[in-house]
Parts: sequence; structure tokens; C-alpha cells
Amino acid sequence: MNNQANELPLKNALEVRGLNFFYGKFQGLKNIDLDIAEGKVTAFIGPSGCGKSTLLRALNRMYSLYPGQRAEGQVNFYGENILDPKQDVNMLRARIGMVFQKPTPFPMSIYDNVAFGVRLYENLSKGEMDARVEWALSKAALWGEAKDKLNQSGLSLSGGQQQRLCIARSVAVKPSVILFDEPTSALDPISTGKIEELLHELKSDYTVAIVTHNMQQAARVSDFTAFMYLGELVEFGQTDKIFVKPKRKETEDYITGRFG
Amino acid sequence: MNNNLYRRRKFVNKLGLFASLFAMVLGLFVLLWILFILFKNGFAGLSLAIFTESTPAPGTPGGGLANAIVGSLMMVGVSVLISTPIGILAGVYLAEFGDDNKLASVTRFVVDIMLSAPSIVLGLFAYAVLVAQVKHFSGWAGSFALALIAIPVVLKTTENMLRLVPGSLREAAFALGAPHWKVTNYVTLRAARSGVMTGLLLALARISGETAPLLFTALNNQFFSTNMNAPMANLPVVIFQFAMSPYDNWVSLAWAGALLITLSVLVLNIIARVWFRERNAG
Amino acid sequence: MGTPPTTSGMMDPRMVAVVKKQRIQDFLFHKVTMLFAILVLIALAAILVSLMISAWPAFKKFGIDFIWTVEWDIINEDFGAAIAIYGTLISSVIALLIAVPLAFGIALFLTEMCPLWLRRPLGTAIELLAAVPSIIYGMFGLFIFAPLFAEYGQPALQSTLGQMPLIGPFFGGAMNGIGLLAAGIILAFMVLPFIAAVMRDVFEIMPPILRESAYGLGCTTWEVVRYIVLPYTQKGVIGGIMLGLGRALGETMAVTFVIGNSQRISESLFAPGTSIASTLANEFGEADDFHLSTLFALGFLLFVITFVVLAIAKIMILRTERAQGAKT
Repeated sequence: MNNQANELPLKNALEVRGLNFFYGKFQGLKNIDLDIAEGKVTAFIGPSGCGKSTLLRALNRMYSLYPGQRAEGQVNFYGENILDPKQDVNMLRARIGMVFQKPTPFPMSIYDNVAFGVRLYENLSKGEMDARVEWALSKAALWGEAKDKLNQSGLSLSGGQQQRLCIARSVAVKPSVILFDEPTSALDPISTGKIEELLHELKSDYTVAIVTHNMQQAARVSDFTAFMYLGELVEFGQTDKIFVKPKRKETEDYITGRFG
Repeated sequence: MNNNLYRRRKFVNKLGLFASLFAMVLGLFVLLWILFILFKNGFAGLSLAIFTESTPAPGTPGGGLANAIVGSLMMVGVSVLISTPIGILAGVYLAEFGDDNKLASVTRFVVDIMLSAPSIVLGLFAYAVLVAQVKHFSGWAGSFALALIAIPVVLKTTENMLRLVPGSLREAAFALGAPHWKVTNYVTLRAARSGVMTGLLLALARISGETAPLLFTALNNQFFSTNMNAPMANLPVVIFQFAMSPYDNWVSLAWAGALLITLSVLVLNIIARVWFRERNAG
Repeated sequence: MGTPPTTSGMMDPRMVAVVKKQRIQDFLFHKVTMLFAILVLIALAAILVSLMISAWPAFKKFGIDFIWTVEWDIINEDFGAAIAIYGTLISSVIALLIAVPLAFGIALFLTEMCPLWLRRPLGTAIELLAAVPSIIYGMFGLFIFAPLFAEYGQPALQSTLGQMPLIGPFFGGAMNGIGLLAAGIILAFMVLPFIAAVMRDVFEIMPPILRESAYGLGCTTWEVVRYIVLPYTQKGVIGGIMLGLGRALGETMAVTFVIGNSQRISESLFAPGTSIASTLANEFGEADDFHLSTLFALGFLLFVITFVVLAIAKIMILRTERAQGAKT
């Protein structure tokens, strides 16, 4: 809805049109219209229960795992509606990755963790896989710390390292979009800082959408911000504009901490 | 007035607590006494011959339990081989597809009942199906009967352990585009590995001590034999026959056999617990 | 402005082939695991059907009266299940009458009175005891308990309860340490660890806040357990008791050694009798065709009885778990 007049026209990786989401009878998202620009970081902010995680998880159809949840409307991924029942969800998730709030290393070696997703859809030789693993771990700023213990269990890493392993895991399959669901809320400040740096770097190769309950984080890392409240998209626009001069009162109230 | 009521309440309380303590002491005492007798008589009957010689004929002195031990090991082993895949796969079904599912609810209900079902009846069933048809007893029939007892244990533990795996781990695997079977096999089942193994150990312990189902299936064999297609010697039935007999050496062998079984069962249970606790702490 | 490293959008032909294969794999995964789950149900059905088929000659000859006919004449092939059913029920009831209060006391001790450092070892000890094979209890019963019972226990009972009106005859007659009462006592200690463990589990799931509020009001420990914990865990406790009953009904080895194995119903609990499981264990070896069919009929009845008891137990436990909001 809010367009940047002075910049080159952006291509949209994802276009959400009229998205309504239901948990059984309860409506979690009301008529969402939103564009996620390619190669940029878009943040979803809002108080607890506003639907930001619901929206994020609709983008890779994570809700399909749970029978009571359903979505109506359209989410166009480079032109294709991913909410279409004919869409193969596995293939979709290989193109749109997700990093979760709680670091979730698989019970296998660090190497196998990173290789897991790659092995699903690509047939790489040992050498090619080694290269991919190294590349992914470097992208996640974990190669230095992990390169001598690739065969150790992923669980042997610290919390912050585990989260970076999960990022490496998602990056390794070379998706177009990576979704982050409150990726640093379970981490200490130093690890949080490292991951925020990572988000900056990932931007050059991937489209990023991030849910965060930490407004300062959104201000630090994102190019675009969507403010949500009670299942509705209240305001969306360039991050610096939203935080400096929000158009809606609710946005301003939230940003200034009048409610949280 | 108030004081009287309070004093009465305190008295009732003391009485109740004393009764509980008494129950605890009595229960423990009797149970430990039983174990003590078992150890005392069992160790008295233990000797190297137990492991080297087979069961003696009625009236003949000496002898051992070698054939019974080997027979038990073989039958229990085959039984575990049968029940493991069935129990695990069915457990996987209940954990991965069993929410909001009529078939799964009914299966769960049935499994819980089979867990406590009389093992002698399961032996009857095994007889009717595997012995009566071929007109001879066999180790295979014994293993089959034991498997009927083991499968519910393995199934239930597998389902419970799989359900304990955090949903976020599953979601992370799905989020990479993995198909359901790979998520279950490479991530969920792996994460629940130690718990599932515990279930196997517990099932193993449970069937090691079962007598009734073997009475009508494997029966017993006086001699040493590894032929699963014929009656097979086994510890529990030997104990049953020998204990109630008039021969001293038979009774002594019965105690030794009882000790062996109990030790195996206890050791298996302890290993299962310690291993599970260790894996989960780390 | 960024460019994604690989093709944007979805149409990657390599992936389409992989995805198709995955769909088939997941279909098989679903069906195969479902098959094994169904196998369990089939097993239950098969058990019922097979027992019924083998028992049919007996049921055909005696009809439903089989259940309450007091007769066991092998020679003339005249059988009735009443003797065995009586023995099964009486020994199980005696076992529960002894085991349930003891189990309750143990559960109370473990959850309210036991010092924390002792809780886990004692709890584990109880669980391990529940794993001891029942034949051990049978042997203990035969070699240790029976002689002691004959020398001290039974005379004591006979001189006290045996002299009272109404219940006196239950404790009369010859005292050889075996019989229904002896079997019931041994059975009691066999199911005791199991029921105690279940009761303790049920007491423990209770939210501590409820207990704490009661203590906060000044209740004594006994009052907390009697008026707060018990009512709250009521269904689970009853479920646990019925599970113990189910086990007791079907138990063979703990009972066969001391029940006396005699096909009679006597007035006295000191007299030998038999249970369904014991009858099966003792007579199977030598039974000919019709006799065998009768034994199968007994087995069928036992299975049905235990099935009903266990089903009720399960439903009660499910109700408790639902009331406490999902299982832990």
C-alpha cells in the first residue's frame, strides 16, 4: 500500500492478497494485503497475539501440518499462488525456508544437519557437498567455530551457535526466501548481535521476512516494517518512515510503548 | 472447644500417617523378604553345572539348566525380532497420524487392554493357531505367544516417546521440504531413539519372566536342543515343573533358575532406566 | 537490490521428479504404518474368534449354564465353570482387599511423608518390584509362606475370626497353609507394587497448587490427602485399582502354587480350590479333545471378564486425564 516513490521499482518475492486465516472457528488474520520485496528484509511487529507469526507461517504453509488450521485468499510467490491445494508443500518449503524461535538442531552431526536439506533435492558428490556445507556454514558465520568439529553432534554447540547452525541449514538449500520467526528471542545479547549482522549479509542473496517482538531489532535490521494488531495489518511501509513518522495512531502508540 | 477439635484432628492425622508408614514398611518388608529368600535359595543352588549341564531326568541327581537357558534365550530373542518392527511401526502410526483419528483411538484402547491381558489366554491362542494346526509344540509357537505380550509394550513406549519429541524439531525438518517419512525416520525417531530402546528393553524384561504362555506352546524339553520347530526347554516352565516336584535337586535347580530370571529382569530394567536418564540429561 | 542465487519461483524440473517420488513414499509410509496398527486390532479379534471356535464344543453342549454349573467331572465329561470362576473372583477380591489399602498407604507415604532424598530410590524400588516375575511369588508362597501360614497364621485366624458368627465358617477346617485365602494373600503382594506405582503416579500429577492451598488453610496431611487429593484423583485411583484387579484375575503362577488345585467350592477359605488360570495350567497337559474344549471355554470366559474390567479401568483413567487437562 505504501510505495517508495524515489527508488527503483522493486520486484516482489511474495504478494499477499486478501489473506484470511482461521484456527478452527477463530479468525487469526483478517484480509491481509502485503508485498514482500525481493532482496530486502521485511519485519512483522506487533503485540502478542496480533497474528504476525500466523502470517509468517502462512507463507511456507506450515499450518498445513495441523488439520484445524486453514487459510483463504492468495499468496503469490513469483506469480504462483502457494495457497492452491494443488501446490506441493514440500517443494514450496524447499524454496521458502524457515528459522524458528527455539534453535532446533537435528540429532545428527553438524555436517549432516547442514547436508540434510540439500540431500533431499540435490544429488551432490562428496566433494560438492563438502563445499556446500562449508559455504553454508560460512554464510551463517559459523564455519570458523565449526570446521574442526563437523562430525560432532549439532547438540554439542551453544545456544547461539545452534541457531546459526539452523540458519546454515536453511541457507544450504539455496531458497529464494528465508522466514525468521523471532530468531533471537531465546538467545543472549551477544548471539543476538551476531545474528542481526547475519541478517544484513543474507539480504544480498535472499529475501528475508522476520517476526520480532523487539521493536529496536526491527528498526535495526529491516528495510520494510509491517505493524499488525488483532489480526489486521495496521500499517506497512519503509522502516525509517514507520518508526519516525507513523501514519496511524495505533502504530505510534505501539512504537512509543504505550501498549505492548 | 476449639482445642478439642484440633486435638482430635491431630490424632486422626497421626493415626493416618502412622498407618501409611506401617503400610510402606510392611509392603517393603514382605517384598524384600521374598527377594531375600530368592537370593538365598537361588545362590545356594547356583554352580557352574547350571550353565554346562542340561536338566536331569526325574530321580537322577545333579544336572543343570543349560538347555533351559539356551532355549529361553532363543525364544525371547526371536520374539523380540518379531515384536520390534511391528511395535515400532504401529507406534509410529499412532504418533504421526493418530490425532483426531478413530482407528488410532481404538487401537490405543486395545493396546492398553492387551498390556494387562492374562498371558495364559494368549498362550491358549498361540496353541490354537500354531500348535493344534501342526500337531506339535514348538519354540516358534512360544516366541509367537511372547511376541503378543511384547508388542503392546513396544508400541506404547514408541508412541509416547515420539510424542515427547518437541513439535519445533518436526517443524524444522518439514520446513526444509522433507517428506513425512524422512522427518519421522531421520529426525523424530532419531531424537526418540533412547526412549524407544528403553521400551525394547522393558519388553524384553517382561517376556523373560513369563511362564503361562509357554506352557501350551513351547512346553518343555528334557534335552538340549536348538530346534525351534519342536518343544523347547525354557527356564520358566522348568521352574514350574521342578518347584512342585518331590526331588531335592529339582527344587534346588528351580530356585537357581528363578534367581537367574529375576536377576536378568532386574538388570534389564535398571539398564533401561539408567540409559534413558543419561541420554536425556545430555 | 538483491538477486536470489538460484531460479526464483517453483518450476525446477529436477525438483518436480523428486517431489513426485516423495508423494508416493509418503503414501506408502501412511499405509504401511496403518497396516501394522490394524494388525493389533486384528490380533484381538483373532484371539476372541479363535478361543470361541475352540471352545464351541463345550459351549454347545452346556450352553450358557456352563457359567454357573458347579461340577467338574473329567471322566463323565460334565463340566461347569462356576468352581474356577469362584476361585478366580475370591482370590482376586481378597488380594485387592489387602493390596489396595497398603498401596494407598505407600502412595501417601511417597508423595506426602517421604523425605525428598529418599523419594526417588524408594519409588524406583517399588517399580522394580513390580517387574519381578510372578513365578517368584508363587515359589515364595509354596516354600516359605504356606508352612508359616499353616503354623501361625491360620490357627490365629481360626481362633479369632473363626469363632465369630457368620464369618466363622470361612476360617474353619484343616489348616495346611494353602487354599483360597493363601492364594489371595500371595496375589496381594504380587499386585501391590503395581497398584502402588499407579496410585503414586496419579497422586503426583495433581497440581501442587491445590495441595498447597489446603495446607495453607491449616489442614493436616491426612486431611489434605483424604479431602483434596483423593477426590481429585478419584477416577485415576479407581482406574488403578481396576488395573490391579485385571492383573489379579489373570494371574497364573502366583496363584497355582498355593491355591491347592482342587475342583471344589468349599465353605472355608482354608480349603483348596482352583482358579481359571490354575485349572488351565494344571489340566492342559493331559486333556483330551472335549476336556480341552472346556478349558478353552474357561479361557474365553477369563478373557472376556478381564477385558471388561480393563476396559472400565481405561475409561476411568481417561476421564481423570481429561479432567486434569491432557496427559503429562
